[in-house]
Amino acid sequence: MDKEIRMRAEGVNFFYGSRPALKDVNLEIYRNQVTAIIGPSGCGKSTFIRLLNRMNDMVPKSRLEGRIFLDGDDIHDPETDVVDIRRRVGMVFQKPNPFPKSIFENIKYGLEINGMRDKSVIEDKVVDSLKKAALWEEVKGRLYDSALRLSGGQQQRLCIARCLAVEPEVILFDEPCASLDPISTARIEELLMELKQEYTIVIVTHNMQQAARVSGNTAFFLLGEIVEFGKTQDIFTKPRDSRTEAYITGRFG
Amino acid sequence: MRRKICVTGVFRKLFERTFARSAGNVSVSAGSYRNKQAAQKAGFFLLFCCILATLLFLGSIVYFIFAGGSKVVTWGFLTQWPRNAMTEGGIFPALLGTFYLTLGAVTVALPLGLACAVYLCEYTPGSLALNAIRIGINNLAGVPSVVFGLFGLAVFVKFFGFGVSVLSGSLTLGILILPGIISASQEALMAVPNSLREASFALGATRWQTIKKIVVPQALPGILTGVILSIGRAAGETAPILFTAAAFYTRRYPQSPFSEVMALPYHIYALMTEGTHPRQQTVIAYGSALVLLILVLLISGTAVFIRQRHRSYNG
Repeated sequence: MDKEIRMRAEGVNFFYGSRPALKDVNLEIYRNQVTAIIGPSGCGKSTFIRLLNRMNDMVPKSRLEGRIFLDGDDIHDPETDVVDIRRRVGMVFQKPNPFPKSIFENIKYGLEINGMRDKSVIEDKVVDSLKKAALWEEVKGRLYDSALRLSGGQQQRLCIARCLAVEPEVILFDEPCASLDPISTARIEELLMELKQEYTIVIVTHNMQQAARVSGNTAFFLLGEIVEFGKTQDIFTKPRDSRTEAYITGRFG
Repeated sequence: MRRKICVTGVFRKLFERTFARSAGNVSVSAGSYRNKQAAQKAGFFLLFCCILATLLFLGSIVYFIFAGGSKVVTWGFLTQWPRNAMTEGGIFPALLGTFYLTLGAVTVALPLGLACAVYLCEYTPGSLALNAIRIGINNLAGVPSVVFGLFGLAVFVKFFGFGVSVLSGSLTLGILILPGIISASQEALMAVPNSLREASFALGATRWQTIKKIVVPQALPGILTGVILSIGRAAGETAPILFTAAAFYTRRYPQSPFSEVMALPYHIYALMTEGTHPRQQTVIAYGSALVLLILVLLISGTAVFIRQRHRSYNG
């Protein structure tokens, strides 16, 4: 089981003002795997995943210690181009957030800001990413309708398509099913299983069954620390830490 | 009269509903209950009087302007030049001047105000400087308009040497409406959900791309509403153009931005304070006031329309 490490967190501490949100987090994320991050509310899961593509840059008065690498490059290095990092590490958010534009334009936007101008190439890319996100069949007749008219689950798949279109290497999912119904959730999970063939995936989830179903590795966060990190199978069947066991058996959280 | 009846009806319904609710939930002795009921009735009556007084003021303003002006407002009144020392003819040059001044003011204030709002909202969120600047802008909004007029006279007319001209007037009016445009734009920008910004950043967009292609387009209806309301304000102000742009009478159309112009609000002021035929002039002043009133109402109506339309889009 020696797989290639794609991203690595080394001794990461993170503070909102003076309040610590993450304490000495060390984690490896492997290529073509789904890494799940589980833990109760407020344990720092979202904070951590947002560090992986520097979405926390915008948070005022926050401070980071430690380093996070993407293929050996320190992504928080002042020399690193944040725009490049965010293109390589895409993100799908908790609440579907399509732009208030048409379905087509939603995907076109990402392509355009990355310098794509050729119309026919853009069209191909849009179709391609909608297919990859398993949305094409449902929207092919109404690409120019407002994205806001789609259902929640469709909107979320559109957000995934939008993310795929710019060809990221790693995709971060921050509780992607939190606002979806069970059927939409099942479709997104299926999609995750397909996407991991091509991409490296990190998913934050509240839903332990979901983590168990889709992930290869799981990290259990508690109060800003990683309590346990390992193969999903091991975490869920023979946890080493009593707190992990308490959490996954539903005694708290 | 019909309006009054309608208001009373609404009022009674509201009162009855409140009454029914309290009767259902609270069981108190009949006496104190009756007292409360009486107090409530009195309170509502007082509020109703306040509404009535407000409507009365508003109504009487509109009524007097209509009564005084409706006779003179014809198509010719809008398209002709004044004649016979302002006692006959129309107000066309004043309308034109107001159009130029307003257009100029928006041309000055919109880019400046929008840029300022974008900077405050998107580049310096939550900082101390932001609050200081915001206080400054709010104070600017509270400055009396005649002070803007004097400022315009000192700076644009004298210091920059633009003279009494469309340019000086536009700049002065522009500064006057700047705070309004900034705060309207700021509100509109802040109403854009953060999730859209994050979505854009996560695709590898720069701040500037996000602002240009996502945030500002989304905020545009709100910004436009602010702009249109400012147009209404700029069109109606007298004091700022008193020393900077307006003339009692010009013989020709303005030839360049450096010409003086006639303008509606100043035209009204001048008709009422200058000239030798007060009786005939007063009628024309009423007519001009009516035109100005309708103009501003139309402009504000457009703003309401845009806002409504935008709301139904997102709902």
